[in-house]
Amino acid sequence: MPWVIGFWASLVVVPWYGLEAGLSSQSWPAAAEAAWHGRSWLLVLLPPVLLASLAGGLRWPRLMALAGVSGLLLLALEAWLIAGKSQPPLGWGALVYASCALVVAAYGLAWQGWCRGDVFIVAAIGAVCASTLVFVGYPVSCVLISAFRDNAGHLDFGLFAAKITDRSIWGLDCLTGGRNCGVAWNSLALACIVGVLSTLIGLAFALIAARTHFPAKRLLRLMSILPVITPPFVIGMSLILLFGRSGMVTAWLNHWLDIPRSRWIYGMTGLTLAQLLAFTPIAFLVLLGVLQGVSPSMEEASQTLRSGRWRTFTKVTWPLIRPGLANAFLIGFIESLADFGNPVMIGGNFRVLSTAVYFAVVGAAQDQGGAAVLSIVLLAFSLTAFVLQRAWVGRRSYVTVSGKGDSGQPGALPRSLHVVCLGVVLPWIVLTASIYGIILVGGFVKAIGSDNTPTWEYFLTAFAIGHGDHGFFLAGSAWNSLFTTLKVALIAMPLTAGLGILTAYLLSRQRFAGRGVFEFLTMLSFAIPGTVIGISYILAFNTAPIELTGTGLIMVIAFVFRNMPVGIRAGIANLSQVDKSLDEASLTLGARSAATLRRVILPILRPAVVTAMVYAFVRAITSVSAVIFLVSGEYNLATVYIVGRAEFGEYGLAIVYSAVLIVIIVSALLAIQLLVGERRIGRREIAQKRVPTPELAQA
Amino acid sequence: MTLPSDHPRVQFRTVGKSYGEVAAVRNISLDIAAGTLVTLLGPSGCGKTSTLRLIAGLEHPTSGRILIDGQDVTHLSAAERDVSMVFQSYALFPHMNVLENTAYGLLASGMKRREAEESAVAKLKAVGLAGFERRLPSELSGGQQQRVAVARAIVLEPKVLLFDEPLSNLDAKLRRQVRDDIRALQQNLGLTVVYVTHDQDEALAVSDRIVVMQGGFIVQDGTPRDLYERPANRFIADFIGNANLIPVQVMACDGDLATITLGTVRMQVPHRGLSPGPALMAIRPHAVRVAAGKTGVPFRGRVCKAAYLGGHIEYVVAIETVGAEVFVIDGNVHAPLAVGEVVDVSILVADTALVPASDEK
Repeated sequence: MPWVIGFWASLVVVPWYGLEAGLSSQSWPAAAEAAWHGRSWLLVLLPPVLLASLAGGLRWPRLMALAGVSGLLLLALEAWLIAGKSQPPLGWGALVYASCALVVAAYGLAWQGWCRGDVFIVAAIGAVCASTLVFVGYPVSCVLISAFRDNAGHLDFGLFAAKITDRSIWGLDCLTGGRNCGVAWNSLALACIVGVLSTLIGLAFALIAARTHFPAKRLLRLMSILPVITPPFVIGMSLILLFGRSGMVTAWLNHWLDIPRSRWIYGMTGLTLAQLLAFTPIAFLVLLGVLQGVSPSMEEASQTLRSGRWRTFTKVTWPLIRPGLANAFLIGFIESLADFGNPVMIGGNFRVLSTAVYFAVVGAAQDQGGAAVLSIVLLAFSLTAFVLQRAWVGRRSYVTVSGKGDSGQPGALPRSLHVVCLGVVLPWIVLTASIYGIILVGGFVKAIGSDNTPTWEYFLTAFAIGHGDHGFFLAGSAWNSLFTTLKVALIAMPLTAGLGILTAYLLSRQRFAGRGVFEFLTMLSFAIPGTVIGISYILAFNTAPIELTGTGLIMVIAFVFRNMPVGIRAGIANLSQVDKSLDEASLTLGARSAATLRRVILPILRPAVVTAMVYAFVRAITSVSAVIFLVSGEYNLATVYIVGRAEFGEYGLAIVYSAVLIVIIVSALLAIQLLVGERRIGRREIAQKRVPTPELAQA
Repeated sequence: MTLPSDHPRVQFRTVGKSYGEVAAVRNISLDIAAGTLVTLLGPSGCGKTSTLRLIAGLEHPTSGRILIDGQDVTHLSAAERDVSMVFQSYALFPHMNVLENTAYGLLASGMKRREAEESAVAKLKAVGLAGFERRLPSELSGGQQQRVAVARAIVLEPKVLLFDEPLSNLDAKLRRQVRDDIRALQQNLGLTVVYVTHDQDEALAVSDRIVVMQGGFIVQDGTPRDLYERPANRFIADFIGNANLIPVQVMACDGDLATITLGTVRMQVPHRGLSPGPALMAIRPHAVRVAAGKTGVPFRGRVCKAAYLGGHIEYVVAIETVGAEVFVIDGNVHAPLAVGEVVDVSILVADTALVPASDEK
């Protein structure tokens, strides 16, 4: 059996230690390490392999399962008990050993009838669970543990209690005339305001788009994809260029109306504005879906029952969309909590949790314990909102999506409401347009606002191609980070989509014990703010047994586990529309589930695969919060580079680079659309109505 | 194609399947002989589809063992069993054309593409779909899709072929023809077929043997004639052929015959293992004759309802001396009876059967 051979090879062929050095490294296979380098404890890994050889040959299910499970447990024990003391970080040998042990266990369990006797399914569930545990569960628990330790590494509950109740987190000085409130209150207040306002503005947009004959609906559609293609901090940067002390609008106001220049944009007001601009489109998408889900026949029924427009709206439409509003609020709330780019750009002295975590780590204090405590508070807030959101959406959604066509005209808006909505929507469109206008042109003038002479200076600094003795070379300062970004994004893209779709398949097609917990865990990584992921990865993967910091791999892993939930949701949504008998037919025709997945499910799921790939690619290019902790001199990313430039006030360079990123993303999106195209699949596919995917927009 | 074998093709040994608290199949034992068509019949939720899926390997039993050709397959996955299935929805792969669908199983089992496609073409011809190879499933009618599903299953020459309500998505006219086609195919190729349906007419028409299920149990297992003429209990008498169930008293048993009283009338019928006491008499609708006038038969009734259905008329007649209403199918459409008319009612005793008054499990 090949997996048992692999099991042997992991001990006697593949180097046990050192991931990055690869196969040509100084490290020897575990067997050699045990024999000649005095690492005799590695011998505990041998019995499971012997056991597996025996049980595999004789096809003894229980023994086989025991071999696999004991292999995994012994590896974990070996890695963590002796970690850091006398052995280097684990390498490829350990990885192969773990994979083979997992598959051996899967054989043993499947032979006993687990998962309808399907080895692939058992192994896949095991693999997804194990990788989620290692790359989400383990880092987060490291944060928790670190919060309870002092800087010397001793457990100290008193210190934890002191830190978590600290005035800098929970202080209420600003209410009593003091300077600053605690960061927790700042974050909560900001998140609430942004949640409420983005829901209301999003509702105005959704009502205009779904219930009126607004002439420029395509424009609204376009707006809804903006947050997908924009790195999160760009809005903040652009606001500074418009309303900052030397901003364009500020300059005009000063010149024409004699309004003095001020720094009002830095702080809570500017931050609220930036987040609203960034997250309102998400609320719009969510609420548009909700409004379209309200069957027009309900509103028609109300009108035939002698209710006017206003009564119909307040008594029928509004109650029906209320759960959707709560959902939009909670999404806005979570987004605002997790946002890092805008607070770091425009927050000024207004500290929120996500930036406080960052400055605790990179600042002069180097207080990892403090950062961990702040992370716990942030995590508690966003998980609470996440659990609320799921519970609420799960139980209270009235949205009816039946397969049947529901003819009928949605009711028109009450006139006063229509006017109010337009009053919100039109200025907002103008504001958004000027924000993006600034981004696209701002990098090509000398100093926007004060000196509008066109220039290529910034663009050339970043993207110049020099010509020297050895031909062309990339002289610009941005090339390095741009290529790293593209490389990481391209590697993460198929992995993210693959893992997400596989998980979706397991969740929607298999029944197994602990399925609910499994689903919750995989979706959880979505709710964990990027800053927390970043710090947890530093804490978990900086030393043996698993050492990844400073590599490109750690960024790929961070992206995969952060963005996987979108693949899961898209996959589940699509799979729920594909008749289960298709998989079963393939199975009864003798195709195993791996072949079924590849030859039947994946071709039918192509829309979900594309969604997951696009999202994974775009998010890998635009996200900043998690990776700002993980970049190194060798592997710098575009977003982190831009934030760094902007912090030094080099807005020209930052904005020209942002514009280039946006152009790259847009052309990638268009290229994927063209490449993938749509192949006619059948009635089922045609009948299926395209529902906008709010997940895509959840930045 | 059938292997010489002492074993029945499929064996269930006290197989149980439950989903959490709910038991779908309760400790059933069942043998299916090679080369026969066995129907699993019962109302929805009776466990017949679960039983079929247990054979396929799409469900695994919580207790008991399943054997195919004497080999224990209890823990084998669906892909490892030599069984194919025709699904209720046909489950044709929408992204593959007819030929690709039909060759799918052969390719999955490692056959060369050219050979696989040749066999697929041959089988498509056998089901009358030559020339449709390049069509997508969405471009076929319901009946054609069904035939592709059959071709895709039989091309693998499985040990057991399973049908899950194969006619339920066809219109009434097509049903009879497809039903006959399936039976002819099964007999020509000597296939072992397990067929699930809730339609008793369909079951009577195609089966060598019918297994009636209710609440996860097998309640009767026999030939179509057994089931119709000698129902084991009131459920089967009612489910197959809509019998009128009239309470009677068994007075005495003598040899094979029992003396019973139906209302005020005594008669002798086969006792079928019943002992004296209350029982039910299953009377088929066409075993009751109604006619206007007085011919001196024991029962008099009043017509309560009448429905003209072209080939026959359905009546509901209340018989006062028995204290029951009976459902009657009468072929005499030229002399309809009016509602309220008092009529003579006679019962063909040969078309009746005694069943126990209550269904014991």
